[in-house]
Amino acid sequence: MSAITTTSAAATKSRAPLDRRSTPLTLGMLAFLVYFLLPLFWLFIASTKTTGDLFASFGLWFADDFSLLSNIERTLTYDDGVFVRWLLNTLLYAVTAAGGGAMLAALGGYGFAKYRFAGNRPLFMLVLGAIMVPTTALAIPTYLLFSRVGLVNTPWAIILPSLVSPFGLYLMRIYAESAVPDSLIEAARIDGAGEFRIFFQVALRMLMPGFVTVLLFTLVATWNNYFLPLIMLNNPSLYPITVGLARWQGQAAASGGASGDLVPLVVTGSLLSIVPLIIAFLLLQRYWQSGLLTGGVKQ
Amino acid sequence: MTPTATQAPPAGTMGGRLRQHPHTSRHAFTGYLFVAPFMIVFVAMLLVPLGYAAYLSLFREQLIGGTVFVGLDNYVRALSDQQLLSGIFRVARFFLIQVPLMLTLALCFALALDSGMLRLTRVVRLGIFIPYAVPSVVAALMWGYLYGPDFGPFAQLAEEIGTAVPSFLGSNLMLFSLANVVFWEFTGYNMIILYAALRAVPSELYEAAAVDGAGAWRTAWSVKIPSIRPALLLTLIFSVIGSFQLFNEPNLLQQLAPNVIDNAYTPNLYAYNLAFVSQELNYAAAVSFILGLVILVASYAFMYIATRRSRS
Repeated sequence: MSAITTTSAAATKSRAPLDRRSTPLTLGMLAFLVYFLLPLFWLFIASTKTTGDLFASFGLWFADDFSLLSNIERTLTYDDGVFVRWLLNTLLYAVTAAGGGAMLAALGGYGFAKYRFAGNRPLFMLVLGAIMVPTTALAIPTYLLFSRVGLVNTPWAIILPSLVSPFGLYLMRIYAESAVPDSLIEAARIDGAGEFRIFFQVALRMLMPGFVTVLLFTLVATWNNYFLPLIMLNNPSLYPITVGLARWQGQAAASGGASGDLVPLVVTGSLLSIVPLIIAFLLLQRYWQSGLLTGGVKQ
Repeated sequence: MTPTATQAPPAGTMGGRLRQHPHTSRHAFTGYLFVAPFMIVFVAMLLVPLGYAAYLSLFREQLIGGTVFVGLDNYVRALSDQQLLSGIFRVARFFLIQVPLMLTLALCFALALDSGMLRLTRVVRLGIFIPYAVPSVVAALMWGYLYGPDFGPFAQLAEEIGTAVPSFLGSNLMLFSLANVVFWEFTGYNMIILYAALRAVPSELYEAAAVDGAGAWRTAWSVKIPSIRPALLLTLIFSVIGSFQLFNEPNLLQQLAPNVIDNAYTPNLYAYNLAFVSQELNYAAAVSFILGLVILVASYAFMYIATRRSRS
């Protein structure tokens, strides 16, 4: 089959790359795309419905009333605007953990890649081995430790454990090895620049795609984290969105029809909670895709 | 930190290389400064809790006599704990249902994206990846509503045609319904990792295969897949970890189907309920530790198999 396409491609030289494209393959992939986008489509539709329509009208199409705006307003103002609070908490936890975690990984990865010191390899192997330590196995002991030092029920209980990303360190080390030439560091040293100045003013710029990749993936991990805040926090005003939404859903499910009014809030709140991350991924895709590229190159 | 000390002697082998860099000894200290912040948080947030869990698991809280050292009693109890064992077998079954399908499709998608035979590549790539940005709580909520027997769209459609939809949240299908949620969340993520690895394969390899007369299928099978073996192994290990830690999705769907998903449905759900509902902290620590061990052993087993096969 490919032989035929190549000969026809040779005939129309300029359009050669187009001729390889296959319509059946594209249609097959689009069918999968429908599956992956269907729940999100449903979520959007459901966010535009009143409580009554949510139960009565067909789930995958709009009802007569378009109440997206009033749903958003109700979600944001319910219970003295607790949802906005959750949103801000999530933002605080995710941005601090992602920024801090990416910086720790960048410093450490650069250090492991560019400096020779006793213990470099064993320490790095130790971190690499920890990629396989399941985070939830750590959550309960971390909770017990934190409750001894009074960190439970504070933002630190979420931020501190989220700062460690063994995979992020691994990625940054690989990235630093290939993206920052030794000659450049040497040149900067000869110019009399200090080691940390070299890192912040020369190397960090070259590490940017890797840095953004780690930043974004830590951001997602913290934004989406549920188990850790569920354990660590019992004060609703500290909840992130995930725990808050689960709580609303629990109330809606527990009381059946009685608080069916909460269902539109769960649905609209879900929609509001995913929009920021999707935007972040779309805006930063040039960075994280090239960052992952490097991670995929080497073992 | 002890590994540094025990591994110190072999560092002499590195000394040979050190001499080539006159600045090294002066900069070695700076190297420690660079890695110190990460290592400190790493030790405090990872190694210390791990050690503490191991320590706790050796004690038991009793009504009379307070906390007493019981050695490996908690582990003996765990190994004969039917609830824990059935949870571990359940997540193992979940792994076998979900992961082969997810990784096979993620690989097929990545190969299709990489083949240059696809239109709308960007749309497809991002569209399949987007679910990864959705919190698992929201994913479980959405699918929970979609599965719903009353006003879920599948049930509505089935009613239109006059048939009944299978009970997605019933005890027979629950594991598949959970597998579907996780499949939906992570296929795109794995696809992106594999796609990134494929993009990094040197194009000379493809050209060589083309010169040898290999078609698209043959190139994919004999050149592309072998050269992204490390990335495939990575996705497999992440999937082992994810499957055995399963918590969020069953925790959320439990609200919709409390009779199907009990408190020991997955080992993690069990550990959580032991710690926070029954207040058996020491036993919960032992269960967490055993779960971590199961994951570690499974991951290393896969790594061992994969590296041994690549050598032969």
